Amino acid sequence: MRVNEHAITAAVILGLIALPVWALIMDEPFTITLVTRAVILALAAVGLNIVLGIGGLVSFGHAVFFGIGGYAMGILAYHAQTYTTLELGMLSTGGTKFMPVIWLVAMVVSAFVAGCIGLLSLRTSGVYFIMITLAFGQMFYYFAISWAQYGGEDGLSIYIRNDFPGLNTLVPIQFFAICLALLCLVLFLMARLQSSVFGLALNATRQSAIRAETVGLNPMRLRLLAFVLSGAVTGLAGALFADLNRFVSPTMFSWQLSGELIVLIIIGGVGRLMGPVIGACVFVTLEHVLGGLTEFWHIYLGVILLCIVLFARGGIVGLLTGKEGAHV
Amino acid sequence: MKTFLMATAAAALCATSAMADVKVGMITTLSGGGAGLGIDVRDGFMLAIAQSGRDDIEVVIEDDQRKPDIAVQLSDKMIQSERVDIMTGIIWSNLAMAVVPAAVNQNVFYLSPNAGPSALAGRGCHQNYFNVAWQNDNLHEAAGAYANEAAYKNSFIMAPNYPAGQDALTGYKRMYGGALAGEVFTKLGQTDYAAEIAQIRASGADSVYFFLPGGMGISFLKQYADSGVDIPVVGPAFSFDQGILQAVGDAAMGVINTSQWNKDIDNPTNAAFVETFQAEYGRLPSLYASQGFDTANLLVSALEKADPSDADAFRDALRAADFDSTRGDFAFGPNHHPVQTIYAREVIQEGDVFTNKIVGVALENHSDAYAADCKM
Amino acid sequence: MSTILVIEQILNGLQFGVMLFLMAAGLTLIFGVMGLINLAHGSLYMVGAFSAAAVAGLTGSFFLGLIAALAAAALAGALIEMVVIRRLYKAAHLDQVLATFALILIFSEGTRWIFGSFPLFLDIPDMLSGPVTLPGGIQYPLYRLTLIVIGLVVAIGLWALIERTRLGIQIRAGENDREMIAALGVDISKLYTIVFALGAALAGLAGGLVGAIQSVQVGMGEPVLILAFVVIVIGGIGSIRGAFIGALLVGLTDTLGGVFLPELFKLFMETGAAQKSGSAIASMGIYILMGIVLVWRPTGLFGARA
Repeated sequence: MRVNEHAITAAVILGLIALPVWALIMDEPFTITLVTRAVILALAAVGLNIVLGIGGLVSFGHAVFFGIGGYAMGILAYHAQTYTTLELGMLSTGGTKFMPVIWLVAMVVSAFVAGCIGLLSLRTSGVYFIMITLAFGQMFYYFAISWAQYGGEDGLSIYIRNDFPGLNTLVPIQFFAICLALLCLVLFLMARLQSSVFGLALNATRQSAIRAETVGLNPMRLRLLAFVLSGAVTGLAGALFADLNRFVSPTMFSWQLSGELIVLIIIGGVGRLMGPVIGACVFVTLEHVLGGLTEFWHIYLGVILLCIVLFARGGIVGLLTGKEGAHV
Repeated sequence: MKTFLMATAAAALCATSAMADVKVGMITTLSGGGAGLGIDVRDGFMLAIAQSGRDDIEVVIEDDQRKPDIAVQLSDKMIQSERVDIMTGIIWSNLAMAVVPAAVNQNVFYLSPNAGPSALAGRGCHQNYFNVAWQNDNLHEAAGAYANEAAYKNSFIMAPNYPAGQDALTGYKRMYGGALAGEVFTKLGQTDYAAEIAQIRASGADSVYFFLPGGMGISFLKQYADSGVDIPVVGPAFSFDQGILQAVGDAAMGVINTSQWNKDIDNPTNAAFVETFQAEYGRLPSLYASQGFDTANLLVSALEKADPSDADAFRDALRAADFDSTRGDFAFGPNHHPVQTIYAREVIQEGDVFTNKIVGVALENHSDAYAADCKM
Repeated sequence: MSTILVIEQILNGLQFGVMLFLMAAGLTLIFGVMGLINLAHGSLYMVGAFSAAAVAGLTGSFFLGLIAALAAAALAGALIEMVVIRRLYKAAHLDQVLATFALILIFSEGTRWIFGSFPLFLDIPDMLSGPVTLPGGIQYPLYRLTLIVIGLVVAIGLWALIERTRLGIQIRAGENDREMIAALGVDISKLYTIVFALGAALAGLAGGLVGAIQSVQVGMGEPVLILAFVVIVIGGIGSIRGAFIGALLVGLTDTLGGVFLPELFKLFMETGAAQKSGSAIASMGIYILMGIVLVWRPTGLFGARA
């Protein structure tokens, strides 16, 4: 069976709207929370997919940006809820509970850190790149654990979700709407990016950096820009994730989380627009359903992942479209 | 989802059962490395529920995998979709901090069977939050008091570099009156303590205090015993509970540790608990199991007096703590944390099994350092 | 700080390093010959430790336990190579990462299913327990000294195996040109299974040896796995010599950093704060080391190819 990729996109988005609406009618608020979780994880993975899918760079440290986004939210909201000031050299602020500002800060800081990490780690390639990004992830993880001012390993609790003008973010469906709107916006931009000059050039560096260079492209600069964009998107997702849980902790920096983001993309389909979204939905469903069936559900999750790698190359989107996917 | 439906057909037939069913949500760690603790709490809790003979208490049990974000998600599920009245079960302080403040603000009662972070005992205390185990500092303070009693003058103290570890050393120093031969923060999850043991050997200390929960403690004790350093060691019960003592073996023999519970505390409730737990699950209960058991009995005692839907009456019933604890006397302080006696225990061997016996009292009717900050 | 303490800490760093080498050698060998990233290597370490603890518990003999560790890990390695890993050699690194990540999940929860959630007991054999006095009056545990010796013997043995035996020639040839050695009549799939089982056995040996002084519990493999990856990346992936140097560097950095950084910080901070920040930086130490090495030499110290 071959399905048009646009049809998949439309079906997934419709599904993401229909399910929470159904849950709202059936008065099942927890289903909305679950879908929100899937949407946010999808957003993080869409960010990773820029470098991993289009750029062919396997970053095993994207939890760094997810965590930075989370802590940007946590720190700003913490100072706002305790009425303390945050001193940053010359700058001092009382923090904020205003979502758009938090998002902006999360994205800018993530992008900046991505720039620094990218400058250092893009000098390497292949397995070395995987490992150096992992190393940066571990550095941030251990730093966060010993950062006593913001809770260390205990993390930071934000008792009330941050504000968005005109909405009550504590109502699950309204917070979900914010997340879904952001995901759709990013997906739209992502689709534009894939067909833009930058996207095509980045794609070319993945297929052959040498050829790209001979036609006058600068692979290093393209990859760095992709890494920065990717970090910013994942950072935004981190801020939303922290708001969903009203809590941040160093586990947002853990290597398992970096691994999970990769898993989401592979389940869905590497380099596909909707790959991360489908992957996230499937993963959250598996987690929820299997976790309910048995205490040892990790075994079954492992077997399912194994089957996907061995028998469904190209992920679910690849399976549906009948194309294994030209990528990676 | 594993639902232990305690309500049986008998409840449906029983026309006199006017009281509405009570739903309890338990979020605890049942998979991964720290699963042993969660399983003990669950088993202790369920044993007490079964023994209470009440068939109108439904307990929904979920596994948090020791991940804060999963715990938060489960707590949302418990409150939004299961609509539980009471929550319990969390083992780790960081998970408790993620779940408890939000839960109690949504008018759910939370009874902690383990984990008592200082933030929830002082300024962050809440009328719906009850801790049935201890405030995190308690066992460490007791160890400091014991060190004074044993006339230690120069302690080497050690804990992992994370908030509970920092609290542990603060708690020890709060009571301990002697000098410090050294103060070391190790890496969380560290497995090799050769470097620290060398420092201990060189420090000239007359005693070592360490807080290394779970696998970290097992590693440290085995390596310490093998190093030939013979400075006496004191620790909190977490590194000497029934679950891990067998894995430490001889290396733990004779070590003094502090605990609010032990299987030889002499009262009928405790004797019955130890016996029935062993009969039901085929192993000796641990301190965590006793905490789970006490938590469930506190809950049952409050349910006898009031229904959770009448929050004020139910809260008063909880506060009265009118139940038979495995620890003997049990009372809540003003911040809903226990005021209790903490014992010094020694690791002994009974046949093939390593276990503890009480050798003295470290702190009598002890509250905690944060109670004064709590404005309820 | 006395000289004795410094020497003792260096010994500790060495001991940690050689144990890491046992893990890293298999990992780097498997990558060098088959081009495979094996995240499940830490699970083989755990299999080794659990088998050693189970057999030592049953028979009362630590050495039988060690043999069991070697055998069980080699067997588990050969098994997963034939069932799963074999299909991944031609796959992208990404698929390898995911598949072996899945294997970790299966191994960890499978072990918990078989052995339960509580840690297992494994103790040092009597003849190796307790401290010995080294020249200069240093008291050092005999078992740790034994570990250093075993690690060095294995390192020399591996070197001899690769440089001096027929199998070694095939391994080296396999690293250079897979198609060619297949064309020359070497049974490449058998070679791969052997190399994988060898790597697994080394990990199992490390697990069994270290299990005696640490906690034998589910999930014990992952922290070591990450460290072993750091080691082979520093040393250069595929290079046994690199893995050896890398392992010692990581072992020494981690041990000495944890001891001396807080001391260093005490020179300009008050004690408690120096402890906290010193040990915070020390826990990041090896990753900082790895970052520096890779920025300086993007393919590691002894790495040939990207």
